[in-house]
Amino acid sequence: MELVVSLGIGVLAGSGVWLLMRPRTFQVIIGLSLLGYAVNLFIFSTGVLRSGAAAILSPGEVGSIDRYADPLPQALVLTAIVIGFATTALMLVVLLAARGLTRSDHVDGREPER
Amino acid sequence: MSTLLDHLVIAPILVPMLAGIATILIGERSRVLTIATGFASVIGLVVLAAALLILSDEPVARAYRLGDWPALFGIVLVLDRLAALMLMLAALLGLAAFSFSLGRWARAGAHFHPLFQFQLMGLNGAFLAGDIFNLFVFFEVMLAASYGLALHGSGTARVRAGLHYIVINLVASAFFLVGVSVLYGVAGTLNMADLAARIRMLEAEDRGLVEAGAAILGIAFLTKAAIWPLGFWLPATYAAASTPAAAIMSILSKVGIYAVLRMWLLLFGDGAGLSQGFAGAVLTIGGLATLAFGSVAVLATQNLARLAGASVLVSSGTLLAAIGAGEAAVTGGALFYMTSSVLAIGALFLLIELVERGRDVGADVLAVTREAFGTPEEEPPAEEAEVGIAIPGTLAMLGFAFLACALLLAGLPPLSGFLAKFAILAPLLGPGPVPATSWVLLAALVLSGLATIIAMTRTGIEVFWAAPEGTAPRVAVVEIAPVAGLLLLTVALTLAAGPAMEFMQRTAEALHAPQGYLRGVLGGPP
Repeated sequence: MELVVSLGIGVLAGSGVWLLMRPRTFQVIIGLSLLGYAVNLFIFSTGVLRSGAAAILSPGEVGSIDRYADPLPQALVLTAIVIGFATTALMLVVLLAARGLTRSDHVDGREPER
Repeated sequence: MSTLLDHLVIAPILVPMLAGIATILIGERSRVLTIATGFASVIGLVVLAAALLILSDEPVARAYRLGDWPALFGIVLVLDRLAALMLMLAALLGLAAFSFSLGRWARAGAHFHPLFQFQLMGLNGAFLAGDIFNLFVFFEVMLAASYGLALHGSGTARVRAGLHYIVINLVASAFFLVGVSVLYGVAGTLNMADLAARIRMLEAEDRGLVEAGAAILGIAFLTKAAIWPLGFWLPATYAAASTPAAAIMSILSKVGIYAVLRMWLLLFGDGAGLSQGFAGAVLTIGGLATLAFGSVAVLATQNLARLAGASVLVSSGTLLAAIGAGEAAVTGGALFYMTSSVLAIGALFLLIELVERGRDVGADVLAVTREAFGTPEEEPPAEEAEVGIAIPGTLAMLGFAFLACALLLAGLPPLSGFLAKFAILAPLLGPGPVPATSWVLLAALVLSGLATIIAMTRTGIEVFWAAPEGTAPRVAVVEIAPVAGLLLLTVALTLAAGPAMEFMQRTAEALHAPQGYLRGVLGGPP
């Protein structure tokens, strides 16, 4: 379980960073989104990862506090998702404005000379 | 202690929030009402900050528990001397920038007033936050508003610089979150005071992870503080932003410094056990590199707004290098320097626009080119006629303000910039052997002052003396008053240097020995 999650985070973060380095604004915003997903998963995983566990209680089981994952990272991740969503939306607006004003979707606002 | 006084701590967040909401609701219907609301908010903030500054000057930090939950479970706001000092700086700069914006900038685009209020709310919240996640949330509030302000007025240059600014800050936010969650994963708490207490008891094998988490967090803070090589975005963004936005954003880089000061001294300050002084060398060397880069940028720049941006870099570098020394006396000097330089850079950003108004577009570049290649003046100056023509009154006033900014930024007497640099250097060269880094810092500070004075003199001559047929810029009272006000404050700071410096020293000692902070938040003996 840990391996799958870490690999997932790694692949998302790696792809995100690679896309961030690309010259087109659309690639950058997708890269930022992927990086955001990687970070959110990372925060989520600082609670406890467990597979095949019951949501609250299995039948015939007595409840105990250490059966539950830490709820705080889940609350954090929720906040981080909302903030990430808002900033991505804002970024999209700026991206469109830049596209309209510079007539180019290059991050520097002009095509590199070849 | 009355209960009302206790609730004063949250007021610097609530006042701009309510004012921001009110200005959204009023919208375009009544300009007078919008301005009145905004003014009430910024003046209220200055008064509040003054009250909190007096309240905070006590040995134990004041914690405000939201919902009265115990500090470890609920959200706390913490007011100590450093937080109060930063609140005061933000409020003063907010008042100046707001007043300036009434001249023309507030009308240059939609929603200036709400964005401005939310910017102040984010700043104040970041200074008061008692746990790192709320620090993140207020960072985002502050940044979201600053994205809007950076783009205020629109135009190709702003959108292009704003795009870079937003991407860099979003990546920095990702680092921030990773750092927060690593620290939470190891220490099991987000409360700064609790985190500091737990780090002192941590096993040796967990230390690597804590240090890694703190370092990742540090990247996010230092990107805001524009340390070399994370600060290349700063001059371009600040130069492109509209004037009042740039003035208020000049304190945004100080938020990064504040966070470093707070977190680093709390987590890795005296008594932090094995991790004590972690990454101090990074701060010193990074600060020196920023200082060097900033000085070169100041010299190389051809544009007044970029000159101000480069000055922000110089100021950040000085602060980081001084903080990295890890001595309470030096930190006290650094706090004095920060106060002086925030006021001076704020004034400079506002001043630039007024000065540039009377000039042709591209005059800066032309001037430097002329200097470099020795292109003769287009026409020889008329000999007799021009002698004795007085510089117009407005221009003289602007020139005087510019001179004051130059003295402050270069650190020359008689203004507070000199005292600030002296306050940083004196304890470094105190009794006992002086380490090599102190000599390097001394040399770097003096050289950066030289670079600043060369650049400012050159610009000053071009702008005020050698300007070809400068038409006197038309300046409204609400625009020159904030510049004069900020500069008068530095004069006041110079005159009251004794008490101010004592306050800074008390602040620095409380930061270096955070028992008062821990006791204020966690209660009981540390």
